[in-house]
Amino acid sequence: MSEDLKPVESLSYEQALAEMETIIQQMEGEPLALEQSLALFERGQALAKHCADLLAQAELKVRQLTGQEIAGLQEEKPF
Amino acid sequence: MAQPLLLPQLAISVSEITHYLRQLLESDEVLQDVWVTGEISNLSRPVSGHVYFSMKDEGAALRCVIWKSNALRLRVALQNGIAVEAHGYISLYERDGQYQLYIDTLRPAGEGYLYQEFLRLKARLEAEGLFAAERKRPIPARPRRIGIVTSATGAALQDMLNTLGRRYPLVEVILAPAAVQGTEAPPELAAAIRALNKLGGVDVILIGRGGGSLEDLWAFNDERVVRAVAGSSVPVIAGIGHETDFTLTDFAADLRAPTPTGAAVQATPDIADLKQELLATESRLAAALQEILSYDRSALENLDHSLQRVSPLLRIQNDSQRLDELALRLERGLGHEIRLRQARLAGNEDRLRSLNPLAVLKRGFAVVRRQDGAVVISIGQVQIGQDLSIHVSDGEIETKVIRI
Repeated sequence: MSEDLKPVESLSYEQALAEMETIIQQMEGEPLALEQSLALFERGQALAKHCADLLAQAELKVRQLTGQEIAGLQEEKPF
Repeated sequence: MAQPLLLPQLAISVSEITHYLRQLLESDEVLQDVWVTGEISNLSRPVSGHVYFSMKDEGAALRCVIWKSNALRLRVALQNGIAVEAHGYISLYERDGQYQLYIDTLRPAGEGYLYQEFLRLKARLEAEGLFAAERKRPIPARPRRIGIVTSATGAALQDMLNTLGRRYPLVEVILAPAAVQGTEAPPELAAAIRALNKLGGVDVILIGRGGGSLEDLWAFNDERVVRAVAGSSVPVIAGIGHETDFTLTDFAADLRAPTPTGAAVQATPDIADLKQELLATESRLAAALQEILSYDRSALENLDHSLQRVSPLLRIQNDSQRLDELALRLERGLGHEIRLRQARLAGNEDRLRSLNPLAVLKRGFAVVRRQDGAVVISIGQVQIGQDLSIHVSDGEIETKVIRI
């Protein structure tokens, strides 16, 4: 695989989960060299830990739009 | 005696006439199914559970009764002075000769009119296709950003935030505040929906408010709001009022929830389910590795067996054995040779020893030498009176020539 792997911590929950899924499918697919399998497994574990950390630490982020912002975000969409 | 021309009718009893009146009332179609509007006064709620009051306006008053079973189902909080619309039938309580409105249901005044308006609007917008099922968009399962349209100060917002925080704290919430009743509400609600659409990145919008009367909820039947919801490209979940409240916004939304909290639930997965899913994925990862390892292990064993058969080590071991054999044979061969030579050597040594000239001396022969060292083998080499040495086996004898 020659794709660049982004650092695990920078991935969102969904991205990390999706990459884990890809890794599992690769590992379940045609037989890989042992070294490659171990490398994939390690990355998979790091992704899992990242997801678990996100779930444990997550706090709801709330942002409130101001009246000005709302006024600025108007677009006529006739139905 | 002459009777007056107007003969008095035969007198009928009070009960009879009352009964007559009652039947008169109960046979009138209008009176058997009527909505009456007026203001409540003289409210009485005895322990029996039945409710008694009068409805009045400027010109008249009407006695009313609500039986306990119906009273329990009332949506309106009864108070003297409030204007209501009451539905029921008119009859007569014979005991006291009072006609009454027997009420089965009550609603705030004006609601009848509002409800008509509601039905009219619904029909018109439905005909335009705003509520069509095909237009409903699916709600994303894992939203990253949720937009909320509601009052910034209402309980609905707190309910939704609490629910989101509990279920799915990974999500980011964007609140577009708007009034949820009053004349300013419809344009603010519509603007909020459009803003969340225009902002970009919002995966689903929740629009909601707490419970109230039809009048309180009326903003959500306003055409401007309904069109904004129908025209939203971001999926909208409506959680307005209580379970039994339906507004046109509910029909236009992509999904209706019974309450604001219900809307937040519909928008999100439960964190407990997420944790479960993560555990399952981790298990699959470990299982996949196990599978690879055991596959590799057995492949390795197979290889090992095959390898052993062609192993150089094996060859070396075989060769080594041959080498030993050869060495042994070599050694045997060599040893034999050596012994032969040794024997020959020994034989030669004996022969050599027997040919040693000095050994001859032991047999009685002597070596005669002149003074100049020359060995004498003839009488021509000596003169009378010459000194000679005679070498015998164990020494020399000095002598002179006496006679030749």
